[in-house]
Amino acid sequence: MEIVNKQTNKKAFKEGFRDGIPIGLGYFAVSFSLGIAARNAGLNALEGFIASALCNASAGQYAGFALIAANASYIEIALVTLIANARYLLMSAAMSQRISPKTGLLHRLIVGHYITDELFGIAIAKPGYLNPWYTYGAVAFAGPCWATGTALGIIAGNILPLRVVSALSVALYGMFLAIIIPPARQNKVIAFIVALSFACSFAADYFPLISQLSSGIKIIVLTVVLSTAAALLFPHKEVEQ
Amino acid sequence: MKGNIVIYIAIMFFVSFLIRVLPLTLIRKQIKSPFLKSFLYYVPYVTLAVMTFPAIIHATKNPIAGATALVLGTIASWIGASLFQVASIACIVVFIVELLI
Repeated sequence: MEIVNKQTNKKAFKEGFRDGIPIGLGYFAVSFSLGIAARNAGLNALEGFIASALCNASAGQYAGFALIAANASYIEIALVTLIANARYLLMSAAMSQRISPKTGLLHRLIVGHYITDELFGIAIAKPGYLNPWYTYGAVAFAGPCWATGTALGIIAGNILPLRVVSALSVALYGMFLAIIIPPARQNKVIAFIVALSFACSFAADYFPLISQLSSGIKIIVLTVVLSTAAALLFPHKEVEQ
Repeated sequence: MKGNIVIYIAIMFFVSFLIRVLPLTLIRKQIKSPFLKSFLYYVPYVTLAVMTFPAIIHATKNPIAGATALVLGTIASWIGASLFQVASIACIVVFIVELLI
């Protein structure tokens, strides 16, 4: 029984590692651009490496670095990290239904720590209960890519020409588009919500009272108001997959 | 206020960690409230959209480059380009537009 489990775990790890390679390559490019944002916030390469290894969150880290650059308060950082990562709460809830009830606490903590859009995506696409070793395999490649890319972005952001830095600074926004646009194509409500969010975010920069708020608070206010409105007007009935 | 970077990173870690770990370790049943489910369902799209625009236009040296990256990145995502491809396209578009302007 033990030997069979070990073989299954080894196979799951290998599969995860293989599926983690394209994800890791994508992470490397995106985290390099994240490193530029981290450098603007005053982080050194080691701090950037540790922040990425500990947080594993593109949007959340990006928002955090932007707030650090703006000398935001600790409460603002905590709130924005909470808001920017709120989707992981849902993913974690969905994952709790896809993991064997026998799975131990340590496995749950590690698998949970590595819930990102992409790693969650490949894990949930697997039929049946998730073998934690599948996630560990993917993390073994993609995790170091994310942290190393951030550190290199901080280091090389200094020596790269301004033109290249300007180009790389939009990589994260490109990634955000790749996350929100495909669901918008399939779901008209999401398409409407995304367009409305763009419009409100743009208007908020010019609206007398709201334009004076910090960008972090602006994100929180718009997210809570628009998501509440969307939930009331268009209750989502489909079963989450 | 000028904060301590180590404390900033620690806060980001604890919040990110708790968000991901609490449901997986505590929730053993499906969330029932239709409102809460819908709210959480829409949150990621609204947050990411709000963070993307108009920030992408201010991120580049020339706003036209950022705007072009937004349009072409959206089109690329729409026709099914991968995360990596869309990120690359956005970067290349900005580089080319800023070279031409």
